[in-house]
Amino acid sequence: MKTFVCIKRVPDTSEAEVKVDATGKDVDSSKFSFDINDADNYAVEEAVLIKEAKGGTVQVICMGPADADVMIRMALAKGGDSAMRIDDPRINARDPLQSAKALAAAIKGQEFDLVLTGCMSNDDGNMSTGVALAEELGIPHAAMVKKVEVEDGKIKAHRELEGGVIEVVEVTLPAVVTIQTGINEPRYAPIRGIRQAQKKELKVLKIEDLNLSEEEVGAAGSLIEMKEFYIPEVVSTAEIIEGEPEEKAEIMATKLVKGGLL
Amino acid sequence: MGDVFVLAEHRQGALREVSQEMLTKASALAAELGGSTVAVLLGSGVDSFAETLAGYSDKVLYVDDPLFADYNSEKYQKVLVELINQYKPELFMIGHTTQGVDLAPALAVEMKMPFIADVFDVQVADGKLQPIRQYYQGKVNANFAFKGEAPYLITFREASLEAAEPSKEGQIEKIDSPLKEDIEYRRFVEYLEAEVGDVDITQSEILIAVGRGVKEDKNMAMIEELAAAINADLCGSRAATDAGWLPHDRQVGTSGKTVKPKLYIAIGISGAFQHIAGIKGSKTIVAINRDPDAPIFTVADFAIVDDLFKVVPKMAEKLKELRG
Ligand SMILES: Cc1cc2nc3c(=O)[nH]c(=O)nc-3n(C[C@H](O)[C@H](O)[C@H](O)COP(=O)(O)OP(=O)(O)OC[C@H]3O[C@@H](n4cnc5c(N)ncnc54)[C@H](O)[C@@H]3O)c2cc1C
Ligand SMILES: Nc1ncnc2c1ncn2[C@@H]1O[C@H](COP(=O)(O)O)[C@@H](O)[C@H]1O
Repeated sequence: MKTFVCIKRVPDTSEAEVKVDATGKDVDSSKFSFDINDADNYAVEEAVLIKEAKGGTVQVICMGPADADVMIRMALAKGGDSAMRIDDPRINARDPLQSAKALAAAIKGQEFDLVLTGCMSNDDGNMSTGVALAEELGIPHAAMVKKVEVEDGKIKAHRELEGGVIEVVEVTLPAVVTIQTGINEPRYAPIRGIRQAQKKELKVLKIEDLNLSEEEVGAAGSLIEMKEFYIPEVVSTAEIIEGEPEEKAEIMATKLVKGGLL
Repeated sequence: MGDVFVLAEHRQGALREVSQEMLTKASALAAELGGSTVAVLLGSGVDSFAETLAGYSDKVLYVDDPLFADYNSEKYQKVLVELINQYKPELFMIGHTTQGVDLAPALAVEMKMPFIADVFDVQVADGKLQPIRQYYQGKVNANFAFKGEAPYLITFREASLEAAEPSKEGQIEKIDSPLKEDIEYRRFVEYLEAEVGDVDITQSEILIAVGRGVKEDKNMAMIEELAAAINADLCGSRAATDAGWLPHDRQVGTSGKTVKPKLYIAIGISGAFQHIAGIKGSKTIVAINRDPDAPIFTVADFAIVDDLFKVVPKMAEKLKELRG
């Protein structure tokens, strides 16, 4: 099995204050810490598990800045064979269809059986890039997958639906599968792997290398336009419990018991 | 022009609520655009769904064919391409559901349609559609405009609004399937029902829910202590069940369970929309999170903005004391 796995570098904004920057169309990311997108971490593990079971290769693709190299090397340390990083600010990476076009261009013309992506990026959350990528490549797909069974020339993909119901579909290869979190237990990169990863190939590509023009993947070629970013007004009717942590705990406990909430 | 089409969604013999929600939004938009609403239904033996949908839309266009007994993105895509080319709606809405996200992006690419995913609201400004979506897990909103020509495509977030009561008597039109043969490269195999565990959290009166903020498995002891003090059952966010701190059947949210306890205490949960969708039926929600901007606070009745590791043990202690 020759597998490509797409990984995105995303900020951890779960506890960070997010502020819109001066352009009004982006956020100030200077204080964020970044890492591999959650679902992509599972996708890397799945690709490596398939390679361990069936043989073959795992090639990592990331579209992002040079800072993403650390995260790419980690994926290589876990069992990736080589990597490509698309680094070109002319690509409108906020439009998932443009991202898909660029990722597809990096894959086209090469031999492969499977492309894995995450099912959702934590920052943009379009849940669209993988399925768009499949269409760009002209191959079938299965989205939101929590189990992959590799068979001869095809896979059985277990799609996780609302309520945890599983829809099993059979898809012929080559195909794109978007991976849902929880599909496996992502490993830690072994020390030896980390050392070896430094020697593995990591190609950096611009749109010219992908035979794409700025009209195709740039903001001008995008069929949607982001007008403005803004911080939504948080409408909370919650009663805010004030005080030192211990006081808050006591006040809340008392409310639960005396307020008949239990 | 100005027509708004909605792809009705159904699974395992039931129409899904997102269909009515989208038609409710579509009716408001069509009124502003001066068009009408059309529900598109693909299925097999779905006359009754067509009748239900007619209560929400001006017209129901439906294909009733054994080829559509079960959802298959590839077959749906082929039919929708035909229908969109034929009817040229202004806007085509598909649910931002596990079905919709498996279909819409490919349809958009094939038809070169302007496409925006996970839209939770659409406004009309100067006669133009303005979809709104979120970034950074709900911390930022963005207003969008479509460029280029209609038809435009969006996936619309589930439970963004409440469906109206049925008030229309739409015309029902059955059409021949534009797809004549089955396809080989993607095949539906079967449905597998979700696992059942020892405790059915959908029936629990008191629930304590944990999220990634709890950090490590070993911290669950502290949570269990709190749970013991008030006889609560434990559940969690997807992050918590993925990490293995709780079994999968304890996951709350769209891909887990929908719960309706008297009391729901969310500890270290940010409140992603997929999680919040599963807890809206709770009578009282207490949220403990040190990020004041965490979306969980938008649905909470009581907010404790603080470090859970300082709050939870003390809360357990006080509860034990109060309850003797
Ligand atoms: C198709 C799909 C379906 C999904 N279905 C579900 C679902 O059913 N249920 C679900 O829950 N999710 C679901 N998700 C995932 C969802 O998008 C979120 O990723 C997930 O809910 C996040 O879990 P969390 O809140 O525990 O973690 P995070 O979002 O990482 O939040 C952790 C929170 O803990 C707080 N915190 C950290 N440390 C402390 C501390 N010491 N004291 C106090 N607070 C602290 C942080 O401020 C943060 O708000 C789904 C995703 C997809 C793509
Ligand atoms: N810039 C990128 N580089 C590599 N992969 C990406 C990029 N953007 C999106 N993806 C992949 O597409 C998936 C879904 O992203 P999204 O459609 O934004 O939710 C992610 O989990 C990644 O696997």
